[in-house]
Amino acid sequence: MEKQKNILDFTLASLLRRKGKNMALMVIYTFVIFLVGSVMFFTSAIKQEASLVLKDAPEMMVQKLVAGRHDLIPVRYADTIKQIKGVQSVKPRLWGYYYDPTNGANYTMVVDDANRDNTGNITIGSAVARSLPNDDNGLVPFKAYDGSYLFLKIKGVLSSKSELVSADLILISEDDFRKLFSIPKEYATDLVLKIRNPKELTTIAGKIGQFFPDTRSILRDEILRTYDTVFAWRGGMIIVVLSSAVFAFIILAWDKATGLSAEEKKEMGILKAIGWETSDVLLMKFWEGSAISLSSFLLGVLLAYGHIFFTSSILFEPALKGWSVLYPAFKLTPFIDAYQIATLFFLTVIPYTTATIVPSWRAATIDPDSVMRS
Amino acid sequence: MGGMCAAIRETKRMIELNNIRKVFNAGKPNEFVAIDEVNLIIDAQKATVLKGPSGSGKTTLLSILGCMARPTAGRITLLDREITSLPERFLTEIRRKTFGFIFQQFNLIKGITALENVMIPAYPSGEQHSALKKRAMVLLGLFNLSHKASSKVEWLSGGEAQRVAIARALVNNPSVIVADEPTAHLDTKLSREYMEIMMSLKAEGKTILIASHDPIVYDSDVIDRVVGMRDGKIVDSGRRP
Repeated sequence: MEKQKNILDFTLASLLRRKGKNMALMVIYTFVIFLVGSVMFFTSAIKQEASLVLKDAPEMMVQKLVAGRHDLIPVRYADTIKQIKGVQSVKPRLWGYYYDPTNGANYTMVVDDANRDNTGNITIGSAVARSLPNDDNGLVPFKAYDGSYLFLKIKGVLSSKSELVSADLILISEDDFRKLFSIPKEYATDLVLKIRNPKELTTIAGKIGQFFPDTRSILRDEILRTYDTVFAWRGGMIIVVLSSAVFAFIILAWDKATGLSAEEKKEMGILKAIGWETSDVLLMKFWEGSAISLSSFLLGVLLAYGHIFFTSSILFEPALKGWSVLYPAFKLTPFIDAYQIATLFFLTVIPYTTATIVPSWRAATIDPDSVMRS
Repeated sequence: MGGMCAAIRETKRMIELNNIRKVFNAGKPNEFVAIDEVNLIIDAQKATVLKGPSGSGKTTLLSILGCMARPTAGRITLLDREITSLPERFLTEIRRKTFGFIFQQFNLIKGITALENVMIPAYPSGEQHSALKKRAMVLLGLFNLSHKASSKVEWLSGGEAQRVAIARALVNNPSVIVADEPTAHLDTKLSREYMEIMMSLKAEGKTILIASHDPIVYDSDVIDRVVGMRDGKIVDSGRRP
């Protein structure tokens, strides 16, 4: 124990001696961990957020398809579906996207129960509130399907737990929605179902398919999977971009860690000559590699955490967030996936430490008398 | 250590070399015989000098005597114990406990303090850091270097660096001091100072082994025996006191 402490002590003193080399290495190491860690934190937090939101989503949605594309669904389908055993309720839903050419943004328009009959008024998400033009009366012009304008009054701004989904949201009344997009009364965007027993979901979906071959049923689990894929894909995209940085790091780390300077080799010789065993020298090199990689790892992870959860990921927000053109500004709820941290650890700290030991092992087995002959 | 001292008193033979041969690059075109059929007995508590021109094999013989290098052939006995065939680990331990080395270039580790340099050889022994530090400070004090303890070694003068190197060689309280051309980089005054330190160490009962071709060293009163070397062979085994 005391021996380990003594050697560690000496190692730390050694690290300070090669300040330039070790500092440069640590800065780059920390930066790479910071970047990769940020992506990991971001994607897992955003996935977590999305799944929180979708927890309240309907268990099943039924959409009509025309030529493989999503089309408006006749409301009467609901009556037939209601008859299927196990279906608790069926509700037609109205929702869509509205493109605002002034801001170049897409808003999500939804008719919800609270605002269904609230004709002439809208409730909007926080990001929409920042960008929508409105006059002093709070009236916002919306361009309808035929080019005419519909003026709607902002009744309130949404304050939601998760800004991610609500930021670009406009809650609108049924009448206004139908007027805006010219959707006849007997049609809806899709149908949402409540099912008594989740085990029956697939059976019910099968029956719906038999009754209405022109529809498709979407289960909540499938949506969750899609979200997962989308976010994983975005995260993956960033990682691809970052991979060049990571590669550069690997090359640099390999070079710095494996290349022992003549002075370092001489020092190893001196240590062996004055009574250090090969294993002691390796222990020192191990502590050296561990000290650099562990501290860089911790620092990088902390910086990434701060970046994602305290600064709202300013560095790559544009690339990762939002599925519409509008980027909602929001703060993610801190969420850490221990498995990811472990992965990052094993992909960086372990290889680096090994990379420092291997060449040392070769150098440490030199004869101690080489010092006398040099 | 007590047992070792008793052994020293009884045998008076510290190290014995039998038919030692050291060949570098064996079997290759550049094969080189550095030491050839050397037989030598080093007496305990005496000062012995290996003298000879450069390339005569002094340093190689010194590293074999100090358990730093293994001979290609022959036997080494340390205090009546055959050590030629010992595994590396044991040799390192013997080296650490029995020998204190002073190198030609001092070989101090740059960037750390004089105190740390003195402490380094004792780190693997697992001694408590505070006790070790105290011991190292006492040694530095002996050589009037207490005020330089926290100075980095590259800031020390030649004489100071030399004394730090000696203090480092003594930190594990070895019974043999091995020095390779210790005065090669010292002026006459410092060389004489060095020999005075060797004298006091010998008086303490340490065995001194020096490779040198400096008259200040081999003509010194401290030296009990001068072994002459040339071309890897002993040409004058000196008189054993």
